[in-house]
Amino acid sequence: MSNGQSRFHVPTPPFRPGDAPDFSYLNLPKAGTAKRPEALASWRETSDLATGLVGVLDHNHQAVGEWDPRLSPELLREGLSHMVLTRIYDERMLKLQRQGKMSFYMKSTGEEAVAVAAAMALRPNDMVFPSYRQQGILFARGRNIVDMMCHCISNSRDNLKGRQLPVHYAWAEGNFFTISGNLGTQFPQAVGYAMACAYKGEDRVAASWIGDGTTAEGDFHGALTLASTYRAPVILNVVNNQWAISSHQNIALGDAPTFASKGLGYGIASLRVDGNDFLAVYAATQWAAERARKGGGATLIEMFTYRADAHSTSDDPSKYRPKTEAGVWPLGDPVERLKQHLIGKGEWDETRHDTLVEAMTTLVVKSYKEAESHGTLHDGPLSPTESIFEDVYARPDWRLRRQRQDLGV
Amino acid sequence: MPAMNIIQALNSAMDVLLDTDPDVIIFGEDAGYFGGVFKATDGLQAKYGLDRVFDAPINEAAIAAMAIGMAARGLKPIAEIQFADYIFPAIDQIVSEMSRIRYRSAGQFTAGCVMRSPWGGGIRGGQTHSMSPEAFFTHVPGLQVVVPSNPYDAKGLLIAAVESGDPVIFFEPKRIYNGPYDGVPDKPLASWARHPKGEVPEGRYTVELGKAEVVREGSACTLITYGTLVHVAEAAAEHSGLDVEIIDLKSLVPYDIETIAASVNKTGRVVVAQEAPRTSGFAAELAAQIQEECFYALEAPIFRLTGWDTPYPHAHEWAYFPTRDRMIRALKTVTEA
Ligand SMILES: Cc1ncc(C[n+]2csc(CCOP(=O)(O)OP(=O)(O)O)c2C)c(N)n1
Repeated sequence: MSNGQSRFHVPTPPFRPGDAPDFSYLNLPKAGTAKRPEALASWRETSDLATGLVGVLDHNHQAVGEWDPRLSPELLREGLSHMVLTRIYDERMLKLQRQGKMSFYMKSTGEEAVAVAAAMALRPNDMVFPSYRQQGILFARGRNIVDMMCHCISNSRDNLKGRQLPVHYAWAEGNFFTISGNLGTQFPQAVGYAMACAYKGEDRVAASWIGDGTTAEGDFHGALTLASTYRAPVILNVVNNQWAISSHQNIALGDAPTFASKGLGYGIASLRVDGNDFLAVYAATQWAAERARKGGGATLIEMFTYRADAHSTSDDPSKYRPKTEAGVWPLGDPVERLKQHLIGKGEWDETRHDTLVEAMTTLVVKSYKEAESHGTLHDGPLSPTESIFEDVYARPDWRLRRQRQDLGV
Repeated sequence: MPAMNIIQALNSAMDVLLDTDPDVIIFGEDAGYFGGVFKATDGLQAKYGLDRVFDAPINEAAIAAMAIGMAARGLKPIAEIQFADYIFPAIDQIVSEMSRIRYRSAGQFTAGCVMRSPWGGGIRGGQTHSMSPEAFFTHVPGLQVVVPSNPYDAKGLLIAAVESGDPVIFFEPKRIYNGPYDGVPDKPLASWARHPKGEVPEGRYTVELGKAEVVREGSACTLITYGTLVHVAEAAAEHSGLDVEIIDLKSLVPYDIETIAASVNKTGRVVVAQEAPRTSGFAAELAAQIQEECFYALEAPIFRLTGWDTPYPHAHEWAYFPTRDRMIRALKTVTEA
């Protein structure tokens, strides 16, 4: 590492376009080998977990080890269905963006389990502070798909009155906080929310998600400081999908062993989890939520996953990573793995899966038709123009009243 | 009615709020056990407990974010930023988040909270303990900005701010925490005890946000200012022998255009004064709005009396500060034009 001479150092990704990707260098302990401490164990007992990997589904798609949450087939099928829907929805919305129906879109392909399993392990009244890649939470919480689409095309039925970029959802009824375009800001806010729940004597927890790249922001460190200081009932998730647009995770990670290990320095229980393993994500979230509810404080979870598609509709991943990289990702595809697990248990089969995919596709297509009947960004109708002056303050003052008159609306 | 200084009045406001509303929660660097470096929260932790009034880590962004999260869950946080100069580490949480939660969620979530901060110069604080950064925040839709000039208003405005339901940046002119300052550098502060606004009721009352006050009537010129300079303005008016009308804005967002326009239409001459640097300061906003609103009533160009476009100096503090004598010169320029 050192030849006795300081050198200017900038990390580079293991592979760039043209290289043959090979992930064998990753230290990924086998599923089932991680110990599962008591929910109220000291953070010290998580130190191996922070550098290891919590996994449940093995190479044969069998659930193994202490972290197996032993979920019912019904629940697993429900999870599979939300993930399938998330993927089909993303696919469809991307197409529509390409057709000019949407200004922008961001898919969560390959990361569906991170959102869906976590949402299902939480209670409906637990508050979530997501980033832009956890649309799966909305499906798991039963949000109306037409409403989601109406937001994405900023039409007259957009519950955000056309104020936010597509996928920056907000849904108070579903305890889904308003998503910011400024990376990482929600992380310490979630801690404040969790503290308020504790202050009010509620047994609710808050959970938040940021990307690996975003851990470099001050807000990541502010959140961990707050969470540790005030022992807040919060779950702080770092979704390590390996890439921050074109920057490899090592640009934020530096020489640290894992993102989860950063939590240990704050005295926070920290886990690195196979984010493509529905059961592992569920189990880890369940563990962290129990810990939070029982007064054990915060957990930092690194969801180790892979962004299998573009960052957004504005970039082309083949410009910065090998085209074949996603295909050789060693932790597989979360949808496929859960599907095979269920099939292995005799609780699912290809025919039922095809029927599910078909039903979801129909639902998405039909929903979009309905959404479009409420208008599109291009052709309207949009929310009334005067609505731009609403919700700035509880009551508009003279400046906004006059400016609205100036605009003549 | 007891005589209070601004610190005591703010303390009394927070006492009333903590006492009457369990959703009020107070935190900041050294704001808990020690009661704040200026003692605004003195005794409140002892009286209300560690979970109502507590110390925060030295991370202003996290303090602001904590306030946002708590407000989203229905609490009414009052967060202290130890000096206004240190509000910049929190700028993203305040400007991009706190101010816009209501708007971007179309009213589904709100972030009503108060960010209190000692503000302005005149205490030998050098460039890191003397800033007046109000203009940055007046430029941000969704924020309210308040600067009281006396104990009575400080208490009533703080209670109104907490109850407004929207985020409020509450700047406290620390030069006059303990008494009014008349703009003469080497003179000691006068006592609030002899000032009519030093009489502060013990219980709950509010002073409306967005309402200015004519603190001195006159017909020769309108002098519009806020915070410490209100007292400098009063001294300048007295010493100049001019018939000056003085307006104390109290709130910068929203500001009280009606009171301003009525006065300017009467006097036809205006001085706007601020401690902050000149370029793009709040005085520029006032001058522009007055020009639009009262152009035909104006008999002289609007005069901006401000700090200089330099960082706030240490040794030459009084050369920076808009003192009484500079203000008198400004008034003469405008009334003789
Ligand atoms: C404060 C801020 N800086 C920069 C950006 C631009 N930006 C949007 S997404 C992104 C990369 C984020 O990467 P990561 O945190 O790993 O999340 P991922 O997209 O991989 O889910 C950047 C730099 C932003 N939105 N906000």
